[in-house]
Amino acid sequence: MRRFVIGSARSLIERSRQNYQFQRPLLSSSYRLLSSTPAVDSPSSSSSTMAPPVALNTINPKVIECEYAVRGEIVTLAQKLQEEINTKPDAHPFEEILYCNIGNPQSLGQHPITFFREVLALCDHPTILDKSETQGLFSADSIERAWKILDQIPGRATGAYSHSQGIKGLRDTIAAGIEARDGFPADPNDIFLTDGASPAVHMMMQLLIRSEKDGILCPIPQYPLYSASIALHGGTLVPYYLDEATGWGLEVSQLKKQLETSRSMGITVRALVVINPGNPTGQVLAEENQKAIVEFCKQEGLVLLADEVYQENVYVPEKKFHSFKKVSRSMGYGEKDLSLVSFQSVSKGYYGECGKRGGYMEVTGFGADVREQIYKVASVNLCSNISGQILASLVMSPPKVGDESYESYSAERDGILSSLARRAKTLEDAFNKLEGVTCNKAEGAMYLFPRIDLPEKAIKAAEAEKKAPDAYYCQRLLTATGIVVVPGSGFGQVPGTWHFRCTILPQEEKIPAIVTRLTDFHKSFMDEFRG
Amino acid sequence: MGLKALDYETLNENVKKVQYAVRGELYLRASELQKEGKKIIFTNVGNPHALGQKPLTFPRQVVALCQAPFLLDDPNVGLLFPADAIARAKHYLSLTSGGLGAYSDSRGIPGVRKEVAEFIERRDGYPSDPELIFLTDGASKGVMQILNCIIRGEGDGILVPVPQYPLYSATISLLGGSLVPYYLEETANWGLDVNNLRESVAQARFKGITVRAMVIINPGNPTGQCLSEANLREIINFCYQENLVLLGDEVYQQNIYQDERPFISARKVLMDMGPPISKEVQLVSFHTVSKGYWGECGQRGGYFEMTNLPPQTVDEIYKIASIALSPNVPAQIFMGLMVNPLKPGDISYEQFVRESQGILESLRRRARIMTDGFNSCKNVVCNFTEGAMYSFPQIRLPPKAMEAAKQAGKVPDVFYCLKLLEATGISTVPGSGFGQKEGVFHLRTTILPAEEDMPAIMSSFKKFNDEFMDQYEDNWNHSRM
Repeated sequence: MRRFVIGSARSLIERSRQNYQFQRPLLSSSYRLLSSTPAVDSPSSSSSTMAPPVALNTINPKVIECEYAVRGEIVTLAQKLQEEINTKPDAHPFEEILYCNIGNPQSLGQHPITFFREVLALCDHPTILDKSETQGLFSADSIERAWKILDQIPGRATGAYSHSQGIKGLRDTIAAGIEARDGFPADPNDIFLTDGASPAVHMMMQLLIRSEKDGILCPIPQYPLYSASIALHGGTLVPYYLDEATGWGLEVSQLKKQLETSRSMGITVRALVVINPGNPTGQVLAEENQKAIVEFCKQEGLVLLADEVYQENVYVPEKKFHSFKKVSRSMGYGEKDLSLVSFQSVSKGYYGECGKRGGYMEVTGFGADVREQIYKVASVNLCSNISGQILASLVMSPPKVGDESYESYSAERDGILSSLARRAKTLEDAFNKLEGVTCNKAEGAMYLFPRIDLPEKAIKAAEAEKKAPDAYYCQRLLTATGIVVVPGSGFGQVPGTWHFRCTILPQEEKIPAIVTRLTDFHKSFMDEFRG
Repeated sequence: MGLKALDYETLNENVKKVQYAVRGELYLRASELQKEGKKIIFTNVGNPHALGQKPLTFPRQVVALCQAPFLLDDPNVGLLFPADAIARAKHYLSLTSGGLGAYSDSRGIPGVRKEVAEFIERRDGYPSDPELIFLTDGASKGVMQILNCIIRGEGDGILVPVPQYPLYSATISLLGGSLVPYYLEETANWGLDVNNLRESVAQARFKGITVRAMVIINPGNPTGQCLSEANLREIINFCYQENLVLLGDEVYQQNIYQDERPFISARKVLMDMGPPISKEVQLVSFHTVSKGYWGECGQRGGYFEMTNLPPQTVDEIYKIASIALSPNVPAQIFMGLMVNPLKPGDISYEQFVRESQGILESLRRRARIMTDGFNSCKNVVCNFTEGAMYSFPQIRLPPKAMEAAKQAGKVPDVFYCLKLLEATGISTVPGSGFGQKEGVFHLRTTILPAEEDMPAIMSSFKKFNDEFMDQYEDNWNHSRM
């Protein structure tokens, strides 16, 4: 072994210093929550005179700024009440907490699709595929599908990191599923499998946002992943208001207006977020509407970020889901015309597999150099979880007519979807019967977003407790009934209006009790605060 | 014609700065060659199952049962699954909020976090609080979350070892912070000299950087060295004096191939040092199911444990975690199984031990085979892989080779690694992807290829290397004449 002679430490530091061109940090006004430490620390100062490195006043201010109400304050209170009931069952006027705050179907008793779980179990433990007993425990087509999937995985190693975009064979399946859905081809190389749709959204925000001068058009009300992600990445949310009076309609004129206003303030608007079907609002866009949106993005040079995770949740016969990819291709627009990112997830639909963290984005209309950067960012995290990747491919390519599992699969699927439709209607009707409450129909997704006209007295009471009026209402509802909903201020709303978001997910047999409790609470609340 | 929405020019600059060589140029070239039909041995990433290591049987049985709970109702389930796997599956299902398909608590399933805390207590001899343990989709996500919390702007510096695992450099770039390097000493088995730390910090501060945190990777990646207890004490003292949060990447804690320096966690040493240090130094420790003898990279399961962080900060970190809703539930179960293993007397215990020992003993042998193999090559010097999963030999390239690299427009170690790939199919990562002293070149390979393939791989490497060295040294001699 030859000895390796190194240069002196000093010359190494010299060299490393040359590699970095640094200026002194900007004036402290650019850091909103700067620590008390001076810009140049003296090496021998003891820790007791300085703020610790990770304290509230020294952490990244964007972290402090961002909010996510879906799992925010109201949920913390709910958990506290839950613990109180656990120790003392009659601590409160209700037996259980009913979590209607989050789109988490299987936590409220929805069953997974059997075929999907059969395939996943076999892929998790492929050793049993060779055993004869397995035939008796699993359907033949789930065994077949598991073999097919395993053959697409190098070495059948489901425990290995895959390609950073996801296993190629699974992307082929997904692309075929997209084509079957839309009637237009999809390229597996455009697909990036992610741990749920949310990380894919973050990735796009990371690419798009350079500074607070970059704006992203977001619907109000919106699912607060978008506001949180924009805040975390240091950008600016440019709101466009959905029109409650017209069933949460999306007017291109409103988009134009907001775009122009923000441009006049020096904001470069980079992208338009559209959630279809909507969350929390539940509307399903009409195709004409979608065409106008596509045209708008094309004209204004905006990236269209199409959150389509509720594409299988449509409850009204007069509306159908059309992907933005299909709509733009049907207008004759291709790669050169529109930059489009479409998000899908395994968490919603009729499969509701939230805990698996499976999803993808389909990225079209970007140059090769940009796509390389997207790939690069994806590669730092190596890959998304394999089980979630497999599930995404199953969701986009479920059993077909003639498959052994087709009948039980379609019965499960239709059972869940029809039940969701019934629950959406029941709760919508119930809300509309309440004094001072109007509730638009949930055409799709998993939520209702009723508006409450809160009496002046209630608003004052809220202010006295330093709470937003809708948060006050929701807290009162929780403590009286155990029902957890999310205040509308968590999603955004026209100033001076109040809403809350309630999921349609509690099991059907629980819905009557929920309606009763809610109705009784609301009556007594109005009795208390009516003017 | 409409405006172009997202051009390369208008991309976030921080994204452009990011480099992650582990899946960079060499890997992409290797993938191309593979598509053309060439046999490639991927040693670019610590991915044991991709190189033939089999998953442990018991955890796969448990998770399969959790995936398909209807099996538990089937009277014939015992034909395929042992009783302890069935019991364990029921145990974990009972801890979830509705099975594998429901979002869990954003910090991870409380019951699993409790098992992690118990593991930490058994390992270190000090109690651990499950409320300060967050499960994540792989340790990498945890690292990104914590760094995102710390870095406010380019004025914030993070001390990172050189060579390092480029997750750190990539994440710091993405977040717009500054990487403050401290060099490990190759001649001292990649040892850490506190004087190097002091110089690095002083230099950074001179440039106006606020040094906020220090990363240690123990066992090291790519370097494999295991820190001694004395070393850890020095480091903790240093963090105390300089007011730095210590980030302890301990994902390879089960991969130890020598007996002189067993793994000691940073937390144990911190607690051993007693107050005030044990109560004031802030520490975040990271672990994973991807490494060790489990190698379950594809599950994406990890955790971080926070020590001495103020409650309000923990709340903020919780808030950020909640935006991602929850880590994936199957991996949380893998994590539970990893920290709460089978015990003597359990039906599956013996098979589990046999499988685990088999893997660990083989890794130890392969670490030796590879180190010795590299040291037998011309112009190659290789420190022993004390831990982790990599070998990081130094390749002393003759001037003519560096000239040829320059002609080809490539950094010298990239040039070498590409030639190695084309000649032998061995896909490595050039040392420049990890950082190294200027003018010194390395490559990183893994010790993961199957033991029976090792001799052939090492002799293939030696043949290529020695011929390469002869070629470029001969030319040099010729030019001398």
